[in-house]
Amino acid sequence: MGQITLQGVQKSFGPVHIIKGADLDIADGSFVVFVGPSGCGKTTLLRLIAGLEDVTGGAILIDGRNVVDVPPAKRGLSMVFQSYALYPHMSVRGNIAFGLKMAGVARDEINRKVEAAAATLNLTPYLDRKPRELSGGQRQRVAIGRAIVREPKAFLFDEPLSNLDAALRVQMRLEVTRLQKQLGTTAIYVTHDQVEAMTMADKIVVLNGGKIEQYGSPLELYEKPANLFVAGFIGSPKMNFVTGELAKQQGATTIGVRPEHLKVERNGQGGWHGTVSVAEHLGSDTFLYVDAGPQGMLTARYIGELDLHPGDKVSLIPDPARIHRFDDSGKSIRA
Amino acid sequence: MARMVTTRNKVISTAAAWLVGFLIFFPILWMVLASFKTELEAFAIPPSFLFFHWTTENYVTVQERSDYFHHALNSIIIAGGSTLIAMLIAIPAAWSMAFSPTKRTKDVLLWMLSTKMMPPVGVLVPIYLIYRSFGLLDTRAGLIFILCLGNLPIVIWMLFTYFKEIPKDILEAARMDGATIGRELIYVLTPMAVPGLASTLLLNLILAWNEAFWTLNLSTLEAAPLTVFIASYSSPEGLFWAKLSAASTLAIAPILVLGWFSQRQLVRGLTFGAVK
Repeated sequence: MGQITLQGVQKSFGPVHIIKGADLDIADGSFVVFVGPSGCGKTTLLRLIAGLEDVTGGAILIDGRNVVDVPPAKRGLSMVFQSYALYPHMSVRGNIAFGLKMAGVARDEINRKVEAAAATLNLTPYLDRKPRELSGGQRQRVAIGRAIVREPKAFLFDEPLSNLDAALRVQMRLEVTRLQKQLGTTAIYVTHDQVEAMTMADKIVVLNGGKIEQYGSPLELYEKPANLFVAGFIGSPKMNFVTGELAKQQGATTIGVRPEHLKVERNGQGGWHGTVSVAEHLGSDTFLYVDAGPQGMLTARYIGELDLHPGDKVSLIPDPARIHRFDDSGKSIRA
Repeated sequence: MARMVTTRNKVISTAAAWLVGFLIFFPILWMVLASFKTELEAFAIPPSFLFFHWTTENYVTVQERSDYFHHALNSIIIAGGSTLIAMLIAIPAAWSMAFSPTKRTKDVLLWMLSTKMMPPVGVLVPIYLIYRSFGLLDTRAGLIFILCLGNLPIVIWMLFTYFKEIPKDILEAARMDGATIGRELIYVLTPMAVPGLASTLLLNLILAWNEAFWTLNLSTLEAAPLTVFIASYSSPEGLFWAKLSAASTLAIAPILVLGWFSQRQLVRGLTFGAVK
């Protein structure tokens, strides 16, 4: 079991409020991603759950028990750090076994569990190596091995993939997701990369300025963003925002349209007219950055190749069903 | 583009390095040579470099006239003792400053270092008077105490920088893994800090062994270490170069050997943290 509940969790460092009251329900076995810009408090929130920081207020419940006064090791969680934080003087085996050794597990059982974990992570040939003799991806796997071997109630990942190169990151992303599904253990994963968030999560927590902006499944966040911040943060390229007269016509202060929901037409009628300023041809997609006069710079995404070049005149027609409307305070207006 | 290294340049720089090395080492070599000469040959002009009458009588005389082993033992006890006590005090001090710093930690560190900026001679008279009143003059305990006090700031600074280099994440990982503070110390921190501890220990040992100001001023015979033993050959008997050289050679030999064997560790220690 690994059900985690946050009730009004607050954290301040001196006069600075980092977490301004977070309420959250994380179901057993789910993969939850904390995402947000740097400084939004996502790592702090994770460290509060881990017990590496003390809460200023509120309660953290693991399987119904308030753990705010329980030391980290007794919370039954394990953590994977951004820097891997491997013990440099111990072999891979020693690193993975350390937690079990501290828990006083019998030697035979430690060996059995370490070898099982190593097999799961393809680390068997490296068991007797030191961390400095491993590549970045292997070190990352050792850090994960150290976490899974203790069979925790939940895994806490603190931006574990940010030190890896792009290709390896995609591969490890898959491996982590697959492993989590296979073990069925609750996971909380912190990242600033919204692609990681969208691809890995069952549910995403979008944080901004120490507050939870929205909590929902990736598609909920994509289709029904609660406010301007979430709308702009989730989705790549970013959602286009238009204010002024056009928004007023829709009964909103700001309207938003995702680049993929703008239909591109050459010299077409209707919609928003503009001039292509940059065209990115990826083969599979074409990204157009269009100077649309009163509407400002707009981004449009076309699936497939579109033979357009800077200077070409285009019109962009928003899909009426996919226009997001926001009020004065930036909250989403639902029809 | 990589810099071109020609054979000629290599030969020249190698020769230059040997020359500089030789120049630096020459006084020590000259001292060792002089210790095997007779008094007459020791200050003969022109001096003979290798072709003189080699003799060990200086060493015999030196040992007979003033008990070398007595002073060497004092040196070992004083240098070793002050180093050990300094380490025992400095490890927890540096530890707490590195891992749970407060607002004042930087100030405390700077204040400790500032005590090293004062010339020791400035406090010689008060220290001497205090030592006289407490009967600490010419005692090993007294010397251990003053050397320990004098070196503590450096030891704490060195250890502090070493401990600072240990990533906090690793200690947190150990905490997540369920290590208590004691086990964290034994299994994680100490093994990672050993190189730093070793070079600090070594440097402090050398500093304490070579310390001459306090040892010369606060001891005469009973507790006198090798520095006093050397000094006794310079003034009262006039200039007996050969015997002075023999005494000096004997005094520096142990630390020279120790330094030779641990030079790699020492260099690493002194440049630690300079580059990541």
